[in-house]
Amino acid sequence: MYESLRGNARSQKALGLLFGIIFGFLLQKSGVTTYKVIINQLLLTDFTVLKVMMSAVVVGTVGIHFMHGKGMVNLHVRSGSFGSTIVGGLIFGVGFALLGYCPGTVAGAVGQGAMDALVGGVLGLTLGSWIYAVSYPKLAPFLDKGEFKHERLQDLFHLGTWAVIVPLIVLIIALFVGLEWLGL
Amino acid sequence: MNWLAMEQWSPYVCGAGIGLLSWFTFLLSDKPLGTSTSFARTAGMIERLLRGNRVLDREFFQKVTPSIDWQWMLVLGIVIGSFISSSLSGVAQIHWVPEPWLSVFGSAVLPRVLVAFLGGAFLAIGARWADGCTSGHGISGTMQLAVASWIAAICFFVGGIAMATILYAIPTL
Repeated sequence: MYESLRGNARSQKALGLLFGIIFGFLLQKSGVTTYKVIINQLLLTDFTVLKVMMSAVVVGTVGIHFMHGKGMVNLHVRSGSFGSTIVGGLIFGVGFALLGYCPGTVAGAVGQGAMDALVGGVLGLTLGSWIYAVSYPKLAPFLDKGEFKHERLQDLFHLGTWAVIVPLIVLIIALFVGLEWLGL
Repeated sequence: MNWLAMEQWSPYVCGAGIGLLSWFTFLLSDKPLGTSTSFARTAGMIERLLRGNRVLDREFFQKVTPSIDWQWMLVLGIVIGSFISSSLSGVAQIHWVPEPWLSVFGSAVLPRVLVAFLGGAFLAIGARWADGCTSGHGISGTMQLAVASWIAAICFFVGGIAMATILYAIPTL
């Protein structure tokens, strides 16, 4: 029943905009579109960013795997490698700290009037993407180096989906309790 | 309504809301939340404006077509949603130098914008290199229990914590 909607390009652009408005609203209300909140997360004095991300994971993972079990949704799991995931992830981290926003929250920061996000961040992101695009043919062979053997945590731990999800949620809730207990 | 005008909601409530939102992006759009590819499409669209369809000679832009798609509209929506939220609470305001940068490095606009620009470039290169950002890997990939996404998210924070610590240690040297 969702196939025709998923295949309709015009409806999808409208849905993308609607989802984005809700996403941006929630990001702003949580505080993570503010430079101070992100930089203080990276300086380990404010854990709002981690709380938002891990709460999304708890709620998201239950719904998505329930629907996937019923054949209602497709998963979009990306594979990774040492050369791609780890090296790229660390480069991303350096940019994360220098900019003080990430690619999603920079858009939210622009929405609340942060000109450093617009003039610095958005232009830098656009130029950086272009530099990557130009360099891509030379980088491509390096990206496959040290491919990860497993795609999903289930394969890594040799466990069923819910046998991974339940302990994961327990761990995340323990993390939340710990953070609140420490007053972070 | 009063709660719409609140400056900040609980991070747990907002995070849960984002998790709930992702159910609908999977169900109705067959897509995980993600944002960084849109900056690459934008770069390609600008190059297309300047050089025409020769942009498609680049291997990267054959893979990531320089056009407006679902995710590009999502990023545009984030700007609008944040504007609505911050306007309702009265915190929407044009500003150039945020705290705590202001207290530590001063109120000059140029240094902040230059570092932000450099940061943006690193962020984009890193996101394409690792095939995702804080949304695509950090939220959407982790909730799908993807090994690569959990590793990517850890690397985002390892790199970020190291760089932020160095950056904010500079004035004390």
